[in-house]
Amino acid sequence: MIEKGWQTSERATRRLKKRYRRERRLKAAGILAIGLALGVLVLLLGSVISRGYPAFVKTEIALEITFDARLIDPSGSGEAKQLAKGKYGRALRQALFAKFPDVVERAERRNLTQLFSKAARFELREMILDQPDWIGTTQRVWLTAASDVDMLTKGSLPRDVPQAERRLNDQQLAWVDHFEAAGNLRTVFNGGFFTGSDSREPELAGIGGALAGSFWTLLITLVLAFPLGVAAAVYLQEFAPKNRLTDFIEVNINNLAAVPSIVFGLLGLAIFIQLFELPRSTAIVGGLTLMLMTLPTIIIATRAALAAVPPSIREAAHGVGASPVQVVSHHVLPLAMPGIMTGTIIGMARALGETAPLLMIGMVAFIVDIPSAPFDSATALPVQIFLWADSPERGFEEKMSAAIIVLLAFLIIMNALAVILRRRFETRW
Amino acid sequence: MPEHTVKSYDEELNQMTGTILRMGGMVEQQLAEAITALVKRDPELAARVIQDDKPVDRLEHEVDHLVMRLLALRQPMAVDLRLITASLKISSDLERIGDYAANVAKRAGALSQVEPMRPVVVIPRMSLIVQGMIKDVLDAYMGRDVDKALDVWRRDEEVDEIYNSLFRELLTYMMEDPRHITPCTHLLFIAKNIERMGDHATNIAETISFLVTGTPLDEVRPKGDKTPFTTTPADLQDTGSEEV
Amino acid sequence: MPLPSKMEISGLDVFYGATRALYDVDMKVAEKRVSALIGPSGCGKSTFLRCLNRMNDIIEGCRVDGDVLLDGNDIYARDLDVVQLRARVGMVFQKPNPFPKSIYDNVAYGPRIHGLTNNAGELDEIVESSLRKAGLYDEVADRMSAPGTSLSGGQQQRLCIARAIAISPEVILMDEPCSALDPIATAKVEELIDELKEDFTIAIVTHNMQQAARVSQYTAFFHLGKLVEFGDTEAIFTNPEEKRTQDYITGRFG
Repeated sequence: MIEKGWQTSERATRRLKKRYRRERRLKAAGILAIGLALGVLVLLLGSVISRGYPAFVKTEIALEITFDARLIDPSGSGEAKQLAKGKYGRALRQALFAKFPDVVERAERRNLTQLFSKAARFELREMILDQPDWIGTTQRVWLTAASDVDMLTKGSLPRDVPQAERRLNDQQLAWVDHFEAAGNLRTVFNGGFFTGSDSREPELAGIGGALAGSFWTLLITLVLAFPLGVAAAVYLQEFAPKNRLTDFIEVNINNLAAVPSIVFGLLGLAIFIQLFELPRSTAIVGGLTLMLMTLPTIIIATRAALAAVPPSIREAAHGVGASPVQVVSHHVLPLAMPGIMTGTIIGMARALGETAPLLMIGMVAFIVDIPSAPFDSATALPVQIFLWADSPERGFEEKMSAAIIVLLAFLIIMNALAVILRRRFETRW
Repeated sequence: MPEHTVKSYDEELNQMTGTILRMGGMVEQQLAEAITALVKRDPELAARVIQDDKPVDRLEHEVDHLVMRLLALRQPMAVDLRLITASLKISSDLERIGDYAANVAKRAGALSQVEPMRPVVVIPRMSLIVQGMIKDVLDAYMGRDVDKALDVWRRDEEVDEIYNSLFRELLTYMMEDPRHITPCTHLLFIAKNIERMGDHATNIAETISFLVTGTPLDEVRPKGDKTPFTTTPADLQDTGSEEV
Repeated sequence: MPLPSKMEISGLDVFYGATRALYDVDMKVAEKRVSALIGPSGCGKSTFLRCLNRMNDIIEGCRVDGDVLLDGNDIYARDLDVVQLRARVGMVFQKPNPFPKSIYDNVAYGPRIHGLTNNAGELDEIVESSLRKAGLYDEVADRMSAPGTSLSGGQQQRLCIARAIAISPEVILMDEPCSALDPIATAKVEELIDELKEDFTIAIVTHNMQQAARVSQYTAFFHLGKLVEFGDTEAIFTNPEEKRTQDYITGRFG
């Protein structure tokens, strides 16, 4: 006879307590695991963001520059072609030496010049090309500081170490302080980081080229992998007869999804570069290689999405006399589309973050030009990060972290898009 | 027949048939006692029989209630549907038989106040047949026995014959002596009541036949009561038991 | 059978892989009457129904032997177009399954793919008359562009019936059309079935015997893949010939 009511035997009470204890332990372990994961994530993001965000600003120094017509436009023609040949470096130096007249030694003068980026003279040239009427006048202009000055103002270069171990000597520090005290030193948003391409000079290096390369690569991947993947999945799921051959194909597609990406890189190298002799280091080869890698993901996601369409919809369509192709194209495919898109976006996100296969096909080169077509030499965002991580200059460290932030931002946006698509459409029937 | 998947369905059906059988038993006893009261000229017994009609009516209401409940809750089909509708009809037939028994008892009470008549001896014989019919038809109902029911159905003819001859005899008595008219009329009604009981037993037999076979009985029912067409005792002389 | 039969089935055997679902079924579906198929779960009644418009074709590993004639023509003939067959033999399913499209498009889909209309006006007419026949028009007239899935269960099922009759089939197969509906919605669908038999031949699978008794003129009782008894609905439900039918309809099974 089962005891009724709340009275239970002592043994039952003990058992019950033990059960609750076990439940609490399990819950605590779960919370601990999630907490640990969150902690590591926060640590990672925190370190990347704290190291990377300074790269989105750069240091500039103001200087009174006399645009002497003899230096800039010796012929006096005023033509852009002639202006481009002007001796802007000397104009910069003259202005500097005029500002610090007591600096006369060659070494000291060189140290002074090194406060400015090597690109400063190109900036001056751009200004004159924009405003030719500045010739013969003296203007106060802002010029990009050298990476070391940049690091100093951002606090990345410590001042309290012995001079010998510093990138800037005491005199240079004094000059920087002098500029700063006079209000001639500022930090501004570094637009060049997004538009510029890679450079040997950290203060000039940007991710523009890598972004363009990634864009072309992913475009190729999407344009090829999406229709191919969806078509293959629709055939396998809806039309293919169930036999050994299709089973074999199915097993292989599932296996392909688990193949390490570097193997796809080797495959791309062997097929697209060696066999088809496509130009190496280009977005087209990168896109094709990533397409091979993304295809299984898209096929699997599409098949899952197709299988998730309720059979009642298929029956309804068959019931009113739709042909098999009509059933799929009018009903099943539209209903599966959110799932297909989600799978595709996740596949593309994986492709965006992929480095290894691109290394194999030579998209790891130092490329200064921003690619404007799939057949241009290009690099990709993750590869750019890989390259900068290898660079010895201190300035590239923050560039790398900033590039990681940009990459993560893209990945988060893509995943969020996938979630939104799924949420919006999943409960339509 | 196997049991229903829903056990309480069977219980309710059993309760209904049980009530009918109880009703039948009571009616049977009522008739027997009414006849005893008539033969023994016992007005007290007669009064008791009249009182006994009330429990029969109560049982009939009970059957009504059970049938409605079964129809509403179980949506009976096929054999169950036939059993339930048959039971409803049977209970109403039994209730009528009970009414007739009470009527017989009433007249037995009245007859005990006057001088005994000779034809009284025929009545118990007739009643015994009808009692047998009621008993057998209830057995047939319990056992779903068509043959037994058909047997009852055919025995009604005999009752009708007895009734015809009794009618003739009573008519003769009344013609002989007008003082006989009162007791003879009572006896005539008693005989008629018993004959009607037989008819109801026959009805029940027909109902049982439908309940078991699912088709209505298509044989022509034996009808022996010629009295509606009788003007003198001689009219009944020759035609006897021929069917009309 | 006193009436002309629309469909004649003889010696029908169905296999799902190695399992046999139907054994040598012979039956006739009377024209412009409702024939009900009853029997316990897994008895093959749905399988039988789905043979009548070859819906079993889309099930992997299903094999059908025997003859199914529609107006005397074998629907399993090699040269028969299944799409055309399903235009003549429509189907309504157990769960209301409107397409996730508008009410209008749900009904218009069949006529569109079969090319039954020449212009939008004709299509509008078909949609309206189908919805009227399905007894749904007044309820949805002012929201034709609302999604079909926004309707109540009973309305959805009537929408599915409207969708089925929009292509003017000759036979409508219904596979437990009321099993997911509440009693009032069920009553409406039953009333509708009663009206539809004026124009269509109907075969309906139902688990609800009272429903079979109410809506049909002929009833077939299936058990373990065999057609046990087939005849007038009234006879089946008041006085079946077979003991197995009796036991099933009175609730004495197994």
